[in-house]
Amino acid sequence: MKYLDEFRDPQKVKSLAASLQAITTRAWTIMEVCGGQTHSILRYGIDHLIPEKITLLHGPGCPVCVTPVEMVDLAVEIAKRPDVLFCSFGDMLRVPGSKEDLLGVKAAGADVRVVYSPLDALRLAEEHIEREVVFFAVGFETTAPANAMAVYQAAQKGITNFSILCSQVLVPPAMEAILSSGLNRVQGFLAAGHVCTVMGYRQYEPLAAKYQVPIVVTGFEPLDLLQGLLMCVRQLEAGRFVVQNQYSRSVRREGNRRAMEIIGEVFEITPRNWRGIGEIPESGLGLKDKYESFDARKKFHVNMPEVSGANSSCISGLVLQGVKKPFQCAAFGKTCTPEKPLGATMVSSEGACAAYYRYRLEK
Amino acid sequence: MCLAVPGRVLSLTEGDFMNRKGEVQFGGIVKEVNLAFTPEAKVGDYVMVHVGFAISVLAEKEAKEILETLEEIGALEE
Repeated sequence: MKYLDEFRDPQKVKSLAASLQAITTRAWTIMEVCGGQTHSILRYGIDHLIPEKITLLHGPGCPVCVTPVEMVDLAVEIAKRPDVLFCSFGDMLRVPGSKEDLLGVKAAGADVRVVYSPLDALRLAEEHIEREVVFFAVGFETTAPANAMAVYQAAQKGITNFSILCSQVLVPPAMEAILSSGLNRVQGFLAAGHVCTVMGYRQYEPLAAKYQVPIVVTGFEPLDLLQGLLMCVRQLEAGRFVVQNQYSRSVRREGNRRAMEIIGEVFEITPRNWRGIGEIPESGLGLKDKYESFDARKKFHVNMPEVSGANSSCISGLVLQGVKKPFQCAAFGKTCTPEKPLGATMVSSEGACAAYYRYRLEK
Repeated sequence: MCLAVPGRVLSLTEGDFMNRKGEVQFGGIVKEVNLAFTPEAKVGDYVMVHVGFAISVLAEKEAKEILETLEEIGALEE
């Protein structure tokens, strides 16, 4: 397929890997932010093609992984209501809450449906006016305009039996949380190409300057990832730290204006709790007061439950921050597998633990 | 989760801002896609699609330039 196959060309992959080898003189630690990039790196064995001196850390860019336990508990509580038709992206169904997950609730008879787009959930609301349709709105900047559009359309059309359980998160505050942590090892970032397609990369420029780290907006195919690494290492070797755009076929500096407008219309910035990391200020999106009638938490008068300590043997929080690798967890592949995950990084196919399990353990 | 797939716009239905749609082909599959965020998309363009919405029109020139740069790297290697 056009725009995919040519970015997987094995000959070009080989020559890029050789260039990277040739320019790397020192040890560097680079984090790819997005779970989709982590998945590609392991799937195509990019980590085996790069110089040994380069360490890749896998970032927190998996919305499923960072959705807090209490949010899953809230989803379970709402989904159990007999009047509710609960819609979610498929990945969220097996994420463990403190006691149950959505798949278990569905098996027990609740009406939980997997949808491809938030507009599918809105359509269900139009078709089932006697039910309350709730969409579990998780995602980063990439998904925020779609979720915002579903709410906007509901308001425009006067659909009152539709609401969202909002768990939107923002990437730059998480990158800053990693950089400002005492545990930080990241010297350069490959920023998430589709997040930046929506938000652009102006917001990354002060981060690169403040923490003196190169940030390269990067795509998802093998050539994209290797070229992103090449650009990042070139900067590191030269002592430079600016924002560069490898994924220029999709990303413009100012982002997608229309998409940002609808986000600004429907959402406002809020603090958000990240699973395994904790609360990060100004790192989430919540519905503006104007749209509060579409907020499932307000509609059903449910509050965020208190959750006592997560599973102690799971180190997914440290994996998400790039402090530990999946292999360093005692539970990895033993008591924690994709069939029976302890933490969310094993649940989502884009979680670092699931990617290591699939591409490094099964072979 | 931020997965987006490139597809080619086959047809367009003009509507108000939120209802601009098109048929988009992904390999052998054709799906209806909301084009509200890509008002510049024309028939024949490739768009990046995420959860039913086009989030960008792919820039052919930029893609070509990157691939040409890589050709040059390859030539230097040989």
